[in-house]
Amino acid sequence: MTLSQLWSQLPTALAKLDPRHQWHNPVMFVVLVGSILTTVLAIADPSAFTIALTVWLWLTVVFGNLAEAVAEGRGKAQAASLRAARKDTVARRLDRDGTETLVPGTELVIGDLVVVEAGEVIPGDGDVVEGIASVDESAITGESAPVIREAGGDRSAVTGGTTVLSDRIVVSITAAPGSTFIDTMIALVEGTSRRKTPNENALTILLSSLTIVFLLAVATLAPMADYAGAPQRTVVLVALLVCLIPTTISALLSAIGIAGMDRLVRVNVLAMSGRAVEAAGDVGTLLLDKTGTITYGNRRASAFVPQAGLDDAVLRDTARLSSLADPTPEGRSIVELALERGATDEPLPVGATIVEFSASTRMSGLDLPDGTQIRKGASSAVLAWLDQTALPPSVESAVERISADGGTPLVVAVRDAAGGRVLGVVHLKDVVKPGMSERFAQLRAMGIRTVMVTGDNAITAKAIAAEAGVDDVLAEATPEDKLAYIRHEQQGGRLVAMTGDGTNDAPALAAADVGVAMSSGTSAAKEAGNMVDLDSDPTKLIDVVEIGKQLLVTRGALTTFSVANDVAKYFAIIPAMFVAAYPSLDSLDVMRLHSPESAILSAVVFNALVIVALIPLALRGVRHRVASAAGLLRRNLLVYGVGGLLAPFVGIKVIDLALATLFGSAL
Amino acid sequence: MSDAFAGVLSLLALVALLALAYRPLGDYIARTLESPRHTRFERPLYRLAGVNPDASQSTRSYALAVVGFSAVSLILLYVLLVAQSFLPYSRGMDGMPWDMALNTAVSFVTNTNWQSYAGESTLGWTAQAVGLAVQNFVSAAVGIAVAVALIRGFTRNRSDQLGNFWVDLVRVTVRVLLPIAFVGAVLLVIGGVVQSFSADQVVDTITGGQQTITTGPAASQEAIKELGTNGGGFFNANSAHPFENPTGFTNLLEIFLILLIPVALTRTLGTMLGNHRQGYAVLGAMGVLFLASLAITTWAEVGAHGQSAQAAGAAMEGKETRLGEWASALFATATTGTSTGAVNAAHDSLTPTGGGAVLVNMMLGEVAPGGVGAGIYGILVMAILAVFVAGLMVGRTPELLGKKIRSTEMRYIALYSLTTPAVVLVAVGIAIALPSTSDAMGNPGGHGFSEVVYAFTSAANNNGSAFGGITVTSTFFQLMLAAAMLLGRFVPILLVLALAGSLARQGRVPATAGTLPTHTPLFAGLLVGVVLVMTGLTYFPALALGPIAEALA
Repeated sequence: MTLSQLWSQLPTALAKLDPRHQWHNPVMFVVLVGSILTTVLAIADPSAFTIALTVWLWLTVVFGNLAEAVAEGRGKAQAASLRAARKDTVARRLDRDGTETLVPGTELVIGDLVVVEAGEVIPGDGDVVEGIASVDESAITGESAPVIREAGGDRSAVTGGTTVLSDRIVVSITAAPGSTFIDTMIALVEGTSRRKTPNENALTILLSSLTIVFLLAVATLAPMADYAGAPQRTVVLVALLVCLIPTTISALLSAIGIAGMDRLVRVNVLAMSGRAVEAAGDVGTLLLDKTGTITYGNRRASAFVPQAGLDDAVLRDTARLSSLADPTPEGRSIVELALERGATDEPLPVGATIVEFSASTRMSGLDLPDGTQIRKGASSAVLAWLDQTALPPSVESAVERISADGGTPLVVAVRDAAGGRVLGVVHLKDVVKPGMSERFAQLRAMGIRTVMVTGDNAITAKAIAAEAGVDDVLAEATPEDKLAYIRHEQQGGRLVAMTGDGTNDAPALAAADVGVAMSSGTSAAKEAGNMVDLDSDPTKLIDVVEIGKQLLVTRGALTTFSVANDVAKYFAIIPAMFVAAYPSLDSLDVMRLHSPESAILSAVVFNALVIVALIPLALRGVRHRVASAAGLLRRNLLVYGVGGLLAPFVGIKVIDLALATLFGSAL
Repeated sequence: MSDAFAGVLSLLALVALLALAYRPLGDYIARTLESPRHTRFERPLYRLAGVNPDASQSTRSYALAVVGFSAVSLILLYVLLVAQSFLPYSRGMDGMPWDMALNTAVSFVTNTNWQSYAGESTLGWTAQAVGLAVQNFVSAAVGIAVAVALIRGFTRNRSDQLGNFWVDLVRVTVRVLLPIAFVGAVLLVIGGVVQSFSADQVVDTITGGQQTITTGPAASQEAIKELGTNGGGFFNANSAHPFENPTGFTNLLEIFLILLIPVALTRTLGTMLGNHRQGYAVLGAMGVLFLASLAITTWAEVGAHGQSAQAAGAAMEGKETRLGEWASALFATATTGTSTGAVNAAHDSLTPTGGGAVLVNMMLGEVAPGGVGAGIYGILVMAILAVFVAGLMVGRTPELLGKKIRSTEMRYIALYSLTTPAVVLVAVGIAIALPSTSDAMGNPGGHGFSEVVYAFTSAANNNGSAFGGITVTSTFFQLMLAAAMLLGRFVPILLVLALAGSLARQGRVPATAGTLPTHTPLFAGLLVGVVLVMTGLTYFPALALGPIAEALA
């Protein structure tokens, strides 16, 4: 954030001075009323002190609005580019009789069928009901690589404003114009549809009650001061009140919320409600899909196990040779592993015949020009090819061990002049992405259980789960199983987050406290979740949880800071007010401020400037650390509690010195 | 034995005695309140009142029972006081004036025991024993019942049942307060406290004048006065009177009785929650506040500040030479840290710092360790406030003991923490603006201001101790103080019950590594900080114009 950014938002901040807007923030509303009151008093009885005080009270209100304006401004730029995508389109509506009618995109209704061909913009949100096409979704995701959208299955949803790059599809419209995905996104990033979240509401109650306490304390101070023989000017009482009420957090509260949503948008996740972001901080259980999130999703070669007595290199090189022409991920991974283990990178021998995998043989391989045949495949298939009844004992045990571990054994055999024989086994397994177990350990430290969801059988699932370090596993999971698991966790009081893309995920997505739908998924899934991940990256769930936590930490830290600040302000203002009546109170003036008036003014100036100073923190959020709750509390209490207690003593003193130097004679 | 040595020894003895009683009494209270069995003596009581003791009450019904019971108590006590001349054993006393009777009835029903009358010259024995002493028992039991209802709010899971008020009331009175008070009274009699029904004795003094010496059933009332953190003295001089508190032994015994239940209830809390460390953390926070206040008061009183005090070796004005400075400071801290309000020295005569410290004790909301029951619910409310702000800093929406603190809970907490300060500040503001108040004050300037602040702080926090100096018998003060006591007692109680209900209806959230632990020294320290900051921010201006201005002068 730069000064120019602040400056550019100033007009918006001034426009927000409208009492109808200010009313939504009770604390800042009190400051506004106080500013109006002092303005009247300053006009009636002008003095350098009252005028300066009035100016700084107004600045306090403006700075508060500025924080909100800057936060909203960051979303505005994004909204503008989205609006460009929502340009008026002409839809080719497919009528019942099969004819096409050209209608404006804005006149489509739910259930209309439209035809979109290469180069055309999809006129509205919908599901592909016919055809397959590659679609450029960069308008919403910022990702330039096209995605495939096809009728049926879990990749049928298309978004209005995106462009079809190839082929022809028929789309059934599922959202009325004005409430499409892009419309929702625009409203979200602009913060216009923002409602206070439950925790914000609870915090506002606390802040309002503090404000009432201080209103009473200051209002009753007037007769007390009269009794003490030190009647106080109303402007001074207003100054005291504004310093005491929690202006800092109240001014930044909505900016923190908007910035939290904005951080989500930056990782390409759209939260449909602030409530969901808050819930993300509380999540106790994460349901993670195995494929794509925890593992790469493809089986990869992880070891060569040669037959007893056979050299490693023979199996390695033979397996590599047999896979050179194999285009499957498994085949490629065998080549990669062989190179890793020291094989030479020779090309395919000239004249070799490629034997592709077929469902009937369940093997693939290579026939070399010299007549040598190499095959790899399931053990039963290879045995049948070799015309043998049993594997060599060492290979047999390797096959059993690999299966028991949840891996896939791929038997490699050759048949040449010397006859047919088994060379060994390639161990194929689902490879866990690097760093996952560390990440899960961090989540565990934060009190979050991770559950791996997979369609694999229990043995395979357990093996992967153990390797990845997840806390629980849901094997052979049906959508019903997922839903039941979520209900069970929620019964125990835990909040559950999950990702999903298919229509059959919709019930579970709806039941989860945080349901992140993949943007590539069906519209049913998107409808059911309360967040949409534009990148369709299931790992994102972990980021979402961290952003939720960061939002809450920032809110708590600034509240603590704001309340802790009051102590120093009392020490500045109370002696200044009453030192004439009770000279003994001079010893409370620990900051040794220049004069009573400069003391009061310094406190007010500090109170206003601290809002501006904290805008960057409110927007960026307190840095999230992985630590136990006790560790986080200790650290944050030290920084924002004790820091909040001490900072204003220094700040007020510095401002007072500056005021005394500049206007020493006037104050 | 030097004063200091005796003082430290008494404190150690007190701590040792409390430590001994802590577990057995705390567990006994928990067992008593959760047991499904009724005794032979209790069943007829329930039948007589038409109550089904095995039915659990909803929040609404529990609250109605508390308010209904207190309202009936208030009316009965009022009638008893205005009509005491028609009662036996009235010692020929007239009925109380209506405003004083109202103030007194409110005072005893709210467990405040603010006394705008002098016991020996105003009340007969029936009013004392049947009226005031009964309220000493049941108003204490009401406080404990409300605290237990709040604890049940934490332990219940998706339920609106807070227990049965009538059962709680009867059991606390019959099984907890009566037996301990009986033993306490016997020990006090052994220590020399008066217990008799003989008439006043008129004696000739050595100066040739005549003096009327009143005795009465004092010991029996004294025991529950301290045990139930009531504080209403049989005699006007309260525990400074030699018939109420004759020796160092009875003094220590009385302080022990004051602190006994408030301290043991933290064990009850831990036991009922199934988490004893939680009880220790709460006790730790209370202990830190108590000991800090005690250290300040003792330092101020024992240290001889000013000429006259230096001549006496300590600030002896207004204190009993029988008991000395150390015992007076300890008693003053115990009586204001709880909501007792009994005194063994004139708080008006404490040094500005000492007087300020006991005033702050009450302003803390009386949570160090607080009145019977009131201390527990008071500190739990502050704990919720602490987790609400600090809990956010661990990256979760706030929760305490497995219950989420949402808007609903926060609304009750905010109103709770607003009530007493609002009553005190508004009442002081009104009183100080009236010219007649200056005439009622015993001193001019900052000290006179402190007298007014003290009176309303004491009333609104249901303490009942008097700073003295100020004359509070005008109808204005009688009614203002009565209103402060009523609002300061029942508004918080109703909010606590509403809070309990809302917590009980929630499901429990299991504790994980991400949950803010609330049974640690760190949290206890945070709790102390929140209590101090909230109090300081609310009352600093008022304190600055009273005790602080005086103390710094």
